[in-house]
Parts: sequence; C-alpha cells; structure tokens
Amino acid sequence: MSEKTPSKLEKILRQGHLAVTSECGPPRGSDPEVIREKAEMIKDYVDAINITDNQTAMTRMCSLASCIHLKLMGLEPVLQMVTRDRNRIAMQSDILGAASFDIYNILCLSGDHQSFGDCPTGQNVHDIDSMQLIQTVRLMRDEGKFLGGDEIARPPRMFVGAAANPFADPFEIRVPRLAKKVAAGVEFIQTQCIYNLDRFEEWMKRIRDRGLHEKVFILAGLTPMKSAGMARYMKNRVPGMDVPDEIVKRLSDTPKEKQAEEGIKICIESIQRLKEVEGVSGFHIMAIEWEEKVPEIVRQAGLYPRPSL
Amino acid sequence: MIVGEQKPLEEIWEMVKPYKKVLVFGCNTCVAVCHSGGNKEAEILASLLRIKAKQEQVEMEIKNSGIERQCEHEFYEPVTEELNWADLVLSTACGVGVQFTAEKLATTPVFPALNTTFMGAVDAPGVFTERCQGCGQCILAITGGICPVSRCAKRLLNGPCGGSSNGKCEINKDVDCAWQLIVDRLAALGRLDDYEKLTPIKDWSNERSGGPRKMVREDLQQ
Repeated sequence: MSEKTPSKLEKILRQGHLAVTSECGPPRGSDPEVIREKAEMIKDYVDAINITDNQTAMTRMCSLASCIHLKLMGLEPVLQMVTRDRNRIAMQSDILGAASFDIYNILCLSGDHQSFGDCPTGQNVHDIDSMQLIQTVRLMRDEGKFLGGDEIARPPRMFVGAAANPFADPFEIRVPRLAKKVAAGVEFIQTQCIYNLDRFEEWMKRIRDRGLHEKVFILAGLTPMKSAGMARYMKNRVPGMDVPDEIVKRLSDTPKEKQAEEGIKICIESIQRLKEVEGVSGFHIMAIEWEEKVPEIVRQAGLYPRPSL
Repeated sequence: MIVGEQKPLEEIWEMVKPYKKVLVFGCNTCVAVCHSGGNKEAEILASLLRIKAKQEQVEMEIKNSGIERQCEHEFYEPVTEELNWADLVLSTACGVGVQFTAEKLATTPVFPALNTTFMGAVDAPGVFTERCQGCGQCILAITGGICPVSRCAKRLLNGPCGGSSNGKCEINKDVDCAWQLIVDRLAALGRLDDYEKLTPIKDWSNERSGGPRKMVREDLQQ
C-alpha cells in the first residue's frame, strides 16, 4: 500500500512500524498554553496527537484551533471531528480549514450525546453519520469534490481514521461494523480502551478471518487506570466499556498510594501482550488528564524511541 | 397518531386568566386516543379552570366544546356560534389544530393547552412511544422496519454508536437502542448481511430543513 497523504502517521504505519498516538483534550477556556503544555510532555513519545472534539459534549476550545497550535509547534495532529454539532456544510468547511494548515489526519466520530454535557437542552445535528463522514473526506481527498459535486481547488490530503469499539453491543455486528467502515474508506482505526484482552483478541481473530487487518491499520486503545475507584466507575458506569473483575480486584488489592503505579503497570503489560497480536498496527494511549505518564508507558512498553522519518 | 401532553394547569392558567369568555375546545381524534385533548378532556379541563378561577377570585365564563378534528374544515360549521362567543379559545388539539382554528378566527386569540410531543403508537394502555418524525424519505425497508431517524438519539443511519449497552441507549436505560432492535430484526428476517450495505447520505430537504412542506393531490382538488 503506497502512501496517499503526507501524513507522518500514515508513513509510519505503511513502513510497518508499530505506531503510537495519544490524545489531548482542549481546555474549557481560550488559553493555548494548556494544549502546548500537554503536547510538550508527550511530543517525543508519540507519532501523532489526537485533539478531541468537545468530548463528553462539554463545550471546549475547538479541535481545529487546538490542532493548529500543535501544527505551529511542528507536531502531527489528528483532528477529531464529531457529526453531532455541525452539518455537512460546516464539516466540509472545517476540513478545508484544517487542510489549509496542512493537517493531515482526521478521525471521524459521531460524538457523545449532548445530554451528557453542559448543553443538554441544545439540538444535535447528525446531518451525516460517522460512516458518511469517512466517505465525505475520502470523496474530498480522492476525487477532489464537494458533496455537492463541485470541484475543490487544492483538495485536502488527509489520512482518514475512525473509532471502533470491540466491546459494545450488539455483539453480532462488531466485526461487520468495522467491515462497513472499511467499505466506507477508513484507513486507520483507534479502538475503545481495552481491558478485556481475551475478548479483544477474539475480535481481532474475527477481523483477521475476514482479512480486514490487511485493509485497515488497527491501533489498540489503552487508558491507564488511576485507581480502583476509576476501574469500578469505568466498569459500571461507562456504556460500552468492558473491565474484567480481575482488573478491578488487582487494583483494589493494591494499597491506595500504589494504585496509580499498578494502573500504569497493567497498561504496559497490556501493550506488551497486544504487540504480539497479528493485525495490531500500533497503540493509541489515552491518558485522560494524565498526559505526563505517557512517556513512561511508551518507554517501558519498549516503544521508544519513535521512528524518525 | 399525533401524541400530545397537557401543559401544567399553572401554565394554562397564566395564559387564560386575563380573559373573560374562554372556550376550551377539544379535538376528538389523535389527542383523544392519548387522553390529552379529546372532547372529554376539554370538558375536564374547563371544570378545572372554573375551580381555579373561583379560587383565584377571577371573574370569567368558561365553556367547553369540541369537534372531531380541528385540522379539517368540514367539522367546524356546527361550532361557529361557540367560537364567535369566546374572547379566548383554548384549544386542546395538537399544534396543527391550534393553528387551523386560529386561521378561522381573525381577531380572537387561540392558545395551546397541550404540548404536541410526537407521532407515535399506543405501546400499552397509558404508554405512548415515538415511531416516526415524518422525514419525508422513508427508509424502513432497509432498516428492518425500525426507524433510526425517530428512535436513535443520534439518528444514525449506518449502525449503533459505541453507547449501545445491553440493548439500551446510552442516554437512558429505559430507551431501547434502535440499532439493537434493527440488528435483531434483520437477523430474524435472515437479512443480517444487509447491515453491511452503506446507507447513503440522507436528503433532509424532505424534512423540516427544506421549509414547510406541502402535498397537492390534483385528482382530489375541487
């Protein structure tokens, strides 16, 4: 597979390296230093940095502006874009805006429902869905056309990603859902946080059975647990999250002051095990408001130094 | 049918209290089925308002009336006199009926006693649930007869979001995940493979986005 964009993430994946990405949540304010500081902590340990798009439907600094801050630092951003807040005009427009700053990666998502955020009385848009956003970006890039059919002068050059949750319901369409995203034109996947490794490996087996791992790069998603309380919360409260009892028990059996360290250890062990899984092309480390731990995880998981291109 | 829910009495009272001759005007079709705005409910609401007026020591006359459907001209004739008597008509119809009645009364205000909530079905006695948003481009044939536009909180056309859990929607454990229902139904129909067909980007110009809609049947015009 030859490269289709100038994306560094794409290059690393196509060259067969295990890629490492991470993410930064923009601030609930306009101070760009927040983004810069987070990025500074992790920049030498990851190949690209996702910027979330009003995650959990809480109003924040926009993903696009935050990505521009990263770009101005010489870093490689992944623009997350949810279909919740903008119609097809606004999304195509933002894609062009991002492309004008040579942002080369996009992650197409539907977004958390607004009832979870700070504007539960607002409308959601969902003019198109995440699957159709993938198609939209591919149309704009590959055919140089708007959805309306007109030609785009200087089309965007973006490596197109999406999310996948191997643990959500309905179970019988977990693999077909990924196949559908591949058919829509997705090129890389960042998965939901993986704690149930057995179930993830079973999903990967089914992905391989259909040959999908040869059509899309799959980055295994990992979030280190800070405490037994967080593990319980993720297990019981977060829809689509599969946290096995032994993870909760392992953290609960650890003295409180050592739980964070144990959480990091679990994360590193998971990466080491998943490195051996055929079809896993890299890792997406989501250390939520805990970005300072990313270097340690990357180092100890044997993923440092990052390839220089 | 169209489902509506009566507004809180306090809110209705605030609307009607400046008026002297109030007609509570029922609509005996859709909103009668959901026991919110039929002619019987109009009668009950009129009684409640009379009590309220008495309690608040406000002088007003409150009558009630009703017709079969406030959304069709042909039913209005028998109530012309009552409508002309009122200095306020409090309609218990859906939003369609309220506006249609107002169009007949150039100088009398017509206020809504209901919040029109959705187009739905009677799931069980006293339980009404949404089934359709009138998007103007029905896709039920490809979604196993279950509508993701009206029943998925994100109106996703190509499958569930990551928040589907044990058959329920992430926004509320009492809400079924439409895509779980669709997948189950496609499986029961032996059509699960159809799930992988991409649903094209929807033409929303047939729904609200395209402006007020109109249908003309020339063969029925007189």
